[in-house]
Amino acid sequence: MSNNATTLKRVEDVVIRFAGDSGDGMQLTGGRFTETTAIVGNDLSTLPDYPAEIRAPAGSLAGVSAFQIHFSSKDIHTPGDQPDVLVVMNPAALKVHLPDLIPGGTIIVNRNAFTDKNLKMAGYDSNPLDDGSLNEKYTVYDIEMGKLVINACKDLNLPPKTVERTKNMLALGFLFWMYDRPLDTTIKWLRIKFAKRPELIEANVRAVRTGYNYGETTETFTTRYTVAKAKLPAGKYRNINGNYALSLGLVAASEKANIPLFYGGYPITPASEVLHSLSAWKHFGIRTFQAEDEIAGVTSAIGAAFAGSLAVTATSGPGVALKTEALGLAVMAELPLVVINVQRGGPSTGLPTKTEQADLLQAMYGRNGEAPIPVLAAATPGDCFYVAYEAARVAIKYMTPVIVLTDGYLAHGSEPWVIPKAEDLPAIKVEHPNSIHEGDPGFMPYRRDPESLARPWAIPGVEGLEHRIGGLEKENITGNVNYDPDNHHFMIKIRAQKVANIVNEIPPTEVYGPESGKMLILSWGGTFGSNRAAVDRLRKEGIEVSHLHLRWINPLPKDLGEILIRFEKILIPEINLGQLSKIIRADYLVDAQGLNLVRGRPFRASDIMNAVKEKLG
Amino acid sequence: MTETVSKTKKYTRMDFASSQSVRWCPGCGDYAILAQTQKVFPELGVPKEKFVFISGIGCSSRFPYYMNTYGFHTIHGRATAIASGVKLANPDLSVWIVTGDGDGLSIGGNHTIHLMRRNLDVNILLFNNRIYGLTKGQYSPTSELGKITKSTPMGSIDRPFNPPSLALGADASFVARTIDRETKHMQAMLKRSYEHHGTSFLEIYQNCVIFNDGAYGPMTSKETKYDTVLWLEHGKPMLFGKNKQKGIRLDGNVPHVISLDESSNWSIDDVLVHDETDWIIASILSHFTYRPEFPDPIGVFYAVDAPVYEDMALEQIRKAVELQGKGNLDDLLCSGDTWVVE
Repeated sequence: MSNNATTLKRVEDVVIRFAGDSGDGMQLTGGRFTETTAIVGNDLSTLPDYPAEIRAPAGSLAGVSAFQIHFSSKDIHTPGDQPDVLVVMNPAALKVHLPDLIPGGTIIVNRNAFTDKNLKMAGYDSNPLDDGSLNEKYTVYDIEMGKLVINACKDLNLPPKTVERTKNMLALGFLFWMYDRPLDTTIKWLRIKFAKRPELIEANVRAVRTGYNYGETTETFTTRYTVAKAKLPAGKYRNINGNYALSLGLVAASEKANIPLFYGGYPITPASEVLHSLSAWKHFGIRTFQAEDEIAGVTSAIGAAFAGSLAVTATSGPGVALKTEALGLAVMAELPLVVINVQRGGPSTGLPTKTEQADLLQAMYGRNGEAPIPVLAAATPGDCFYVAYEAARVAIKYMTPVIVLTDGYLAHGSEPWVIPKAEDLPAIKVEHPNSIHEGDPGFMPYRRDPESLARPWAIPGVEGLEHRIGGLEKENITGNVNYDPDNHHFMIKIRAQKVANIVNEIPPTEVYGPESGKMLILSWGGTFGSNRAAVDRLRKEGIEVSHLHLRWINPLPKDLGEILIRFEKILIPEINLGQLSKIIRADYLVDAQGLNLVRGRPFRASDIMNAVKEKLG
Repeated sequence: MTETVSKTKKYTRMDFASSQSVRWCPGCGDYAILAQTQKVFPELGVPKEKFVFISGIGCSSRFPYYMNTYGFHTIHGRATAIASGVKLANPDLSVWIVTGDGDGLSIGGNHTIHLMRRNLDVNILLFNNRIYGLTKGQYSPTSELGKITKSTPMGSIDRPFNPPSLALGADASFVARTIDRETKHMQAMLKRSYEHHGTSFLEIYQNCVIFNDGAYGPMTSKETKYDTVLWLEHGKPMLFGKNKQKGIRLDGNVPHVISLDESSNWSIDDVLVHDETDWIIASILSHFTYRPEFPDPIGVFYAVDAPVYEDMALEQIRKAVELQGKGNLDDLLCSGDTWVVE
């Protein structure tokens, strides 16, 4: 029950950013708010934003970790351009994130962290909570979070430091009150997380409740908000992030293909969670191999593919660079292999925890020799499931490595996801021959399927099919080592043709909005949401613009060329300096223009809207 | 040792010869290794289709093309990693890695040591000719200090690797050495490699007739071989010399060559007895290489049982199935918090 003075205000959508020190548990707090928000039926999209350093010095600007959630009663596509509400646990978090807060937005702040030392570390000369600088422009909820949890847990006899750590749960409880959300999912989760430490369950549950009650009983807080359920398509839902969805997609492919999944990989941000998930699912017969390096990650997978597994490796850009030579071997040996690049900021070590799309040309061309590899990219966190599944299906059908591009935003961002049924997923047919082709004197490892051009996947252990493959050029059909000039030319062409044939797997392209007109926004990968949100808003403003989002980049869809020429202008927003633009301009001779912002974060829909308006004059 | 086969076919060496013509230089030591392998394999009692040869790059790495088994000639240095994937994907296969001193110890050194510490049940045949052959004569990581080659006109300043010592350092469970010219010994070592459950590391001294001819000359010529080679046998005293009149004695942990001539004060009781399960002895023996005052050992340096990677991997899968039941895809997809939108 709420006190009488409180009003409940209905809003359509809200963007909240949680920000604090790396040790303040902001990712966890955001994650719990997200779970509850999903369960109450809002559409949502999240953006974790954390530093590469595990624990930069406490209170420093470098150590600030943030988590943004956008939730709504409508169908939404992005984690939001700017937060409406900023939760800050210390001065450094305020310093870093205040510039992003919308004018007149709300700040929820932990006053107890605004000590002289912390203020100094954040570069404040005076305390912004007291000097009036914030109150003029924003609504400030100034809460002594540290003190409140200490009081709440007084009788538990826990060390003050332990109790102080529950202040994130207090902030969470307060937000649950403010946005009218239940506590039970979080309490249930705390009971499981701290199952072996009952005293921590108690402290954290008290902190959540204290936060909630603080809102309820403090008279200064007069407004609560409610966000109605979103009208989402019917179905069973869960909240999902990209790396988890991708891992599920791989297991699904292995189950549907009825061959064991082998994962070879080396830990790397932001791809490591794929290794973690798959390692936990051993009851599916999955073999995960944490290799000594990126090269062994991919080469062990190539070995497993030779032996008949659904072979997968996942990494990020620097890891792909190391795997490059092995990818050429997989092309030459014509073995099925799924290679996942969860892109991060580059070059070199770059921005390990930030998102980017600058590995597209690496995926397309980054190998010695003519080494075509199919490339497809996920559009949303949930789409990572389908892209991983499709990659596995195509890799097996065409006996080829396939590169899947996702990115740091998709990997860790989350959204509600309609859970598919295993029986509804497309079949994946695996054929391992067990006899020699009729009329052949022996087994011919490069006798191809006339339609797909795939070679047979004969695996060791089958009597009579003993054969050798390798990285040297092969003679067509026999697979024997061959240095003949005409054979080499023929094999180069047939490998290219095989990958080109995958175009037949791509359904007709859908254009969102009019089929022709003044402007088409062409996008790929994790920028789907920003672009779709921008198009929706532009159209609401009466500006005619269409959107085409590519899943397949190699090969490109058959009908893409004819669609492109129906538009006067083409804008390609990418988080790189124009890599898809280069491909489109080269392949279709159209004057595609880029919008290229490489800041380590997703586009704001407003960035794209402004670019469209500018181009349309 | 993988499995006993009930209805094994009878094979001959010709069953293991592929149709491809062998393209090593005439007189290359690789021919002898190929011949001994083709000779030994029919005796192992394994169906031919279960053998897989994996190689990297280099002269030695052409080996799989000449064996009529499953084979994969891969890329430089990665045979060990690729073989790990093959074995883990199908532990029923008998996996053989053919590599060289450059492929296995230089560009692929990292994978080699990690394979040995993991102890997958695969066999490494490391052809050591102490030179780069396929790239035409640069020094290798096993070339001796001061070696004059195309890339070291004033002599190599790289201190060489000592393969058995490296293998022991990486905690290999089986470390052995043989010489291309000692065919019977090589057959025995190939069999021992096969029989070992875990990674077997077999270094094969192999002569490159073109770029490093005679590298092991003293160990193969009739005049000198008795004084330069120490034949290791488990449980036997370490004797060498034409009439076994010389032996190895340990003074603390320091080895010495002692004479057992009549004039000598030493007797056979003073000679170190080889114990394949003693890592310290194996380690001391491994350091005889490159030291002219000692004979170079051949035979099994070290052989112990150690946990095998794929055995443990499969056991974890079995246990996971036992605890959680066999994975069900729909259950997994719906795990965690879910809700229904009507």
